[in-house]
Amino acid sequence: MAFIPHTEADVAAMLEAIGVKRIEDLFDEIPPQLRVRALAGVPEELNEMEIGRHMSERARADGIALSFLGAGAYEHHIPAAVWAITTRGEFYSAYTPYQAEASQGTLQLIYEFQTMIARLTGMSIANASLYDGASAMAEAALMAVRANRKSSSARILVPAAVHPHYRRVALAAASNQGLKFDELPYRAQDGGVDFSALARYDAEDITALIIQQPNFFGRLEEVDALTDWAHAHAALVIAVVNPTSLALLKPPGEWGARGADIAVGEGQPLGVPLSGGGPYLGFMSTRTEHVRQMPGRIVGRTLDTAGQQGFTLTLQAREQHIRRAKATSNICTNQGLLVTAATIYLSLMGPQGLERTAAAAHARCRELVAALTRLPGVRLAFAGPYFHEAVLQLDRAVAPVLKALSARGITGGLDLTPYYPELGHALLVCATETKSSADIDRYRSALGEALAGARAA
Amino acid sequence: MPSREKVIFEYSHPGRGASDQWPRDPGAAALSDLPASLRRRRAPELPEVGELEAVRHFTRLSQLNFSIDTHFYPLGSCTMKYNPKACNQYAMLPEFLSRHPLAPESQGQGFLSCLYELQEMLKVVTGMEGVALSPMAGAHGEFAGVAMIRAYHRARGDLARNEIIVPEAAHGTNPATATMCGCVVREIPVDAQGDVELDALQAVVGPHTAGIMLTNPSTLGVFERHIVEVARIVHEGGGLLYYDGANLNAILGKVRPGDMGFDVMHMNLHKTFSTPHGGGGPGAGAVGVGARLLPYLPIPLVGREGERYRWLTEADLPHSIGRLSAFMGNAGVLLRAYIYMRLLGRAGMRAVGEYATLNANYLLKRLQQAGFDAAYPKRRASHEFIITLKRQARELDVTAMDFAKRLLDYGFHAPTTYFPLLVPECLLIEPTETESKDVLDAFVTALSQIQKEAEQEPGRVTSAPHTMPVRRLDDVRAARQLDLTWKPTAQP
Repeated sequence: MAFIPHTEADVAAMLEAIGVKRIEDLFDEIPPQLRVRALAGVPEELNEMEIGRHMSERARADGIALSFLGAGAYEHHIPAAVWAITTRGEFYSAYTPYQAEASQGTLQLIYEFQTMIARLTGMSIANASLYDGASAMAEAALMAVRANRKSSSARILVPAAVHPHYRRVALAAASNQGLKFDELPYRAQDGGVDFSALARYDAEDITALIIQQPNFFGRLEEVDALTDWAHAHAALVIAVVNPTSLALLKPPGEWGARGADIAVGEGQPLGVPLSGGGPYLGFMSTRTEHVRQMPGRIVGRTLDTAGQQGFTLTLQAREQHIRRAKATSNICTNQGLLVTAATIYLSLMGPQGLERTAAAAHARCRELVAALTRLPGVRLAFAGPYFHEAVLQLDRAVAPVLKALSARGITGGLDLTPYYPELGHALLVCATETKSSADIDRYRSALGEALAGARAA
Repeated sequence: MPSREKVIFEYSHPGRGASDQWPRDPGAAALSDLPASLRRRRAPELPEVGELEAVRHFTRLSQLNFSIDTHFYPLGSCTMKYNPKACNQYAMLPEFLSRHPLAPESQGQGFLSCLYELQEMLKVVTGMEGVALSPMAGAHGEFAGVAMIRAYHRARGDLARNEIIVPEAAHGTNPATATMCGCVVREIPVDAQGDVELDALQAVVGPHTAGIMLTNPSTLGVFERHIVEVARIVHEGGGLLYYDGANLNAILGKVRPGDMGFDVMHMNLHKTFSTPHGGGGPGAGAVGVGARLLPYLPIPLVGREGERYRWLTEADLPHSIGRLSAFMGNAGVLLRAYIYMRLLGRAGMRAVGEYATLNANYLLKRLQQAGFDAAYPKRRASHEFIITLKRQARELDVTAMDFAKRLLDYGFHAPTTYFPLLVPECLLIEPTETESKDVLDAFVTALSQIQKEAEQEPGRVTSAPHTMPVRRLDDVRAARQLDLTWKPTAQP
């Protein structure tokens, strides 16, 4: 039997030791009327060669398109060493480092990760990761309610230009605990937070303001002014950031006069493949004063009984296995394997490699925008600076255009119509360092043909 | 094991780098549109190391870990079974890895078909009517489950139901989840044989009961024999039953939560369906529901229309509790679970529960024969069991923690210690079906040897481990003198 090493002789000896005749006898405490008869619907087993063929066929059916999709998941070059090491059995098949002495590899790696995330975001401490960027933002909102003792409203301001899926996840995760999310509109001309909308909150009790940089449209927000406004109103600032962009952009810890209070984001761009949506990793960093309100695992450096340095899970008194109903969160894992990949990725990139990656991605996106907006019927939707993705306005419905592109093996971007119908025919496009000038040419001519074809029809 | 390894930042030299990994420099003009006020002033202090240095550093770190691939890992309640290599290899085919989560469905029929079939197979083995795959860990699945219970009562205008009942031996995630869903926790005791006290249950069930969260077999390593009665009491009281799938491995192919009366459950795919634990995640906590909760499943689901597969979202499930992840949960993990289930097939699925139970009962019997005390000696073990070392703690002053640490020196990962909290000085031991009799016998020999040491040379045990990269760590210091990020000058 696959993965069960017992011989018949083993089974006989084991049953004899236990003192029963058949394996079935071991289930004699289960009420007989509950026993399963058949598992109709589960197919017969495949061997490894057969499953290999089966999966390869499924994969081939999907193929690999030339993709200009971003919207929260980004295609970057992943150095070969990242997954060669990440999938080593010692990382891949270990569990949560409860036995610290037998888990120093994972623990030290998480400590290095926490250090890198803190430095990248300009904050003083970080945790061992959360499920993904969206759940990290939701946890940050819950954390802000605990951490902001000056506020009792549990009211969070969220710009409409924050990733729509993130906003939905926050609602699902936090509304049962009484959090309220107020949506801040964006300015039609440039896609940034509409400052005039903040005025109506001047006299209100606001717990936190969420700022996504770059926002869902790829646009850069005026983070300094927004941060200072929030702090002037005793609200905490939750920064939602793209880690690659932080090689170029001001880190949350330096926003405004005092810096953001909590920084979170999606760690996928750091060496994690797109993989259909996961597994990814959320990261979270904050000021030291909020450490006890931070959810998730945290690793600390300490000494062993011989006075030597070592690493261990710490501040577990916040967590569910100790605090039960009073825990900061019900979370009991991080995304360990993805933390491994991200830490190796950041080590290979270093400050210079990450900056090159961000700069090259941005350069490709500008090249893409310039190429596509030369086509008749295509223009940039928003004025002002963006980072590695941007919203285009087409002169006709986006869905059929994307379909025509798809037939040519090109994934042209995200149709924003279902998310922001008020934007009209809006298309979110992205290019990273993985796209060449030839790729961009191919997209431009395919789009040109698709638009011309539609015009002719 | 190798000894300690420097922190990566200690290898760093300004100007060094794995430059072959980097894209070409696009030049400063490429950034001309980014206003200075939004730019970073100083580069982030990430390590500056060459590729070989990084490879050696992280390879050495890996060698400081115990793992299933290197050691027996009988961590109770965690189901540390072998993770087949094929599951990883075929989930990492380039087409799957390069698939963008928002790519058109027409470019992902192969991928979607795998997820759809996984949903269907999980329905069959759990006896549930619907399955959603997006929760990203067991606790995340619990959250989805309790949120659905709340949504169900609300939709019926039954607004007073905000209490979740949990047995005192429950995983800490159960009460923490109830709180996250805005519920109040009511704990109930279990009797001397490990079954829920029905009188106590009857006493707390009432018009405020939203539901009960149960693990069966329970965290005490025994099957809850009153389950049919428990279901009747809770259902008659207007509550729903939540099944915590942490221990599903024990009964896979033998009993289904749906048949026991559960209305909603999560499955830890990283336990029962052998996806990697990854040093603490990614998990995958798919949820299953009976007919009453179908409208509330978290989105997205995968649906099939004729031969085409597509995402089901808000438009299809307007009463859904909503979205729990940015995209599709831990999709790559789901592919691994799918491959594992296809490798096992129908017969393999039954064998899992049987051999997991065989291994646990054999190991329990052998340890009892070696003089160790079972916490529930009159009960069958499920896929795991508890031994209590309170006699050793009292007579020899050697604790369960000491035994656990000494086991590391013998080349075995420790069992779960001090959980459940109900049993003093306990080791919760779960061998899983993928371990051979030889390994179990060697484990018995090691524990017997440690018992001898505890009697003759207790200091050897209480000061263990002796062969790990570090000795026992000062957890109090770690919490009081927080050192969570590396600084060039600081010493711990």
